[in-house]
Amino acid sequence: MDPRLSIINERLKNIERIIAVGSGKGGVGKSIISTTLALLLSKNNKLTGLFDLDFQGPTCHLILGAKDKFPIEEKGIKPPQINSVYFMSIYYFTRDNPLPLRGWEVTNLFRELLAITRWDNIEYLIIDMPPGVGDEVLELLKLINKKEILIVTTPSILSLNTVDKLVKLLKNLNIPIIGILENMRVQPSDIVKKYALENKINYLGYIPFDYSIEKYIGEINLFMKTKFVLNLEKILHEKILFKK
Amino acid sequence: MHEWALAEGVIKTIKEYSKDKEIEKVVVKIGELQQIDIDIFKFALDELKKENSMNKLSIILEIEPAVLKCRVCGKTWSFSENLKELDDFIAESIHFVPEVFHAFIKCPNCGSPDIDILKGRGVWIEKIKFKGE
Repeated sequence: MDPRLSIINERLKNIERIIAVGSGKGGVGKSIISTTLALLLSKNNKLTGLFDLDFQGPTCHLILGAKDKFPIEEKGIKPPQINSVYFMSIYYFTRDNPLPLRGWEVTNLFRELLAITRWDNIEYLIIDMPPGVGDEVLELLKLINKKEILIVTTPSILSLNTVDKLVKLLKNLNIPIIGILENMRVQPSDIVKKYALENKINYLGYIPFDYSIEKYIGEINLFMKTKFVLNLEKILHEKILFKK
Repeated sequence: MHEWALAEGVIKTIKEYSKDKEIEKVVVKIGELQQIDIDIFKFALDELKKENSMNKLSIILEIEPAVLKCRVCGKTWSFSENLKELDDFIAESIHFVPEVFHAFIKCPNCGSPDIDILKGRGVWIEKIKFKGE
C-alpha cells in the first residue's frame, strides 16, 4: 500500500486554484508562460507556487533564476521562495544531469515530490506540464483533485494537431479547461481562434513572438518589462485572474 | 525531517484503511535506497499516533536492502556498494527523491544509467492486521 497517495491532496487542500499549463506539444512556450504567470500572480499579491513537472527537461529554474537554491527540510520539504514565487523542481536534486526514467519511475517521482512538498499557505499553484500525455500528465490528471488546465499553442497546424489530442483527453475526463492561449504569433492567423470556437474552448488571446525575451532569461527585472510579459499580464487580468 | 512527511502518509493511510475498525499491527517496509533516518521516522510515527489516538497500534519497521539491476547488460548489485562513494549532495537528493539516483549512478559493469530497482525503493505499508484477526 502506497502511503503517499493519502497525503497528496492533503498537501494541496488549502490552495485556492491549481492551474496546470499544458499543450501536449513541446516548444510552444509552456515553461515561460507558467513561470511568468506565477510571477505575475505574485506581483498581484497572490501567494503563488510554481511546480515544474517536466522531470526530463526542466527549464523553469532558468527563467526564474533559481540557480544554487535548495528546498528547506521541515517536516517535509519547503520550496524556496525565488523572486516571490515558491518554486519546486526536480532540478534541485539533479542539477544539470540527465535523468533517464522509465514509466513507473516517473510515477514514483511524481508521487514522492507531491507527498513531501509543503506549499503551506499559497493561494495559487501553477504547474508546468511536460509535453505529451505520458505518465506525469496522467498522474496529474488522476491524483490532483482540483485543477484547471490552461492550454498553450502556437498558431501552427502541427502544434494544434498535438494540442487536439490533449484537449480530447481532458474533455473525456471532464477536466476544466480555462482556455487556449496562442503564443509566438509572427503573422496574422485565425487558426487557433477557429479551433477554440469549433471545440467550445475559451480563446484567451494571442502573444506576439517577442525576440527580446531570450536575452532576459534569468534576469527577472528586465524580463518582467518585456512586451511578452505585458501581453500575458493583460490576458491574465482579463481572462484568468478574475475568472472563476 | 522529511521523515515526518512520510510518517504522515503512513498514519493517514492506516486511518483511512481502518474505517473505524481497530487495527492492531502494521508492518511498514523501508527501502534502503531512500536512506530514511529510522529514529526520526519512528519518533514521527509515535508522535502522530498520539495525535490520532492510536496509542495501542503497533507499527513494525522493516528495512529492505536495495538491489539494482542494469537493464542493458543484466548486472545485479547492491546499492550499499554505491553508498560509500556518494557525496553529500547526491546522498541527500536520493534521500528526498529516490528516483534521482538515475542521474548519478551507473552500472558498474557497462556504465549504462538505464537501471532498474529490483528491491528496496521507498516506504510502503506491507501488512495491516485488524484486532481479532
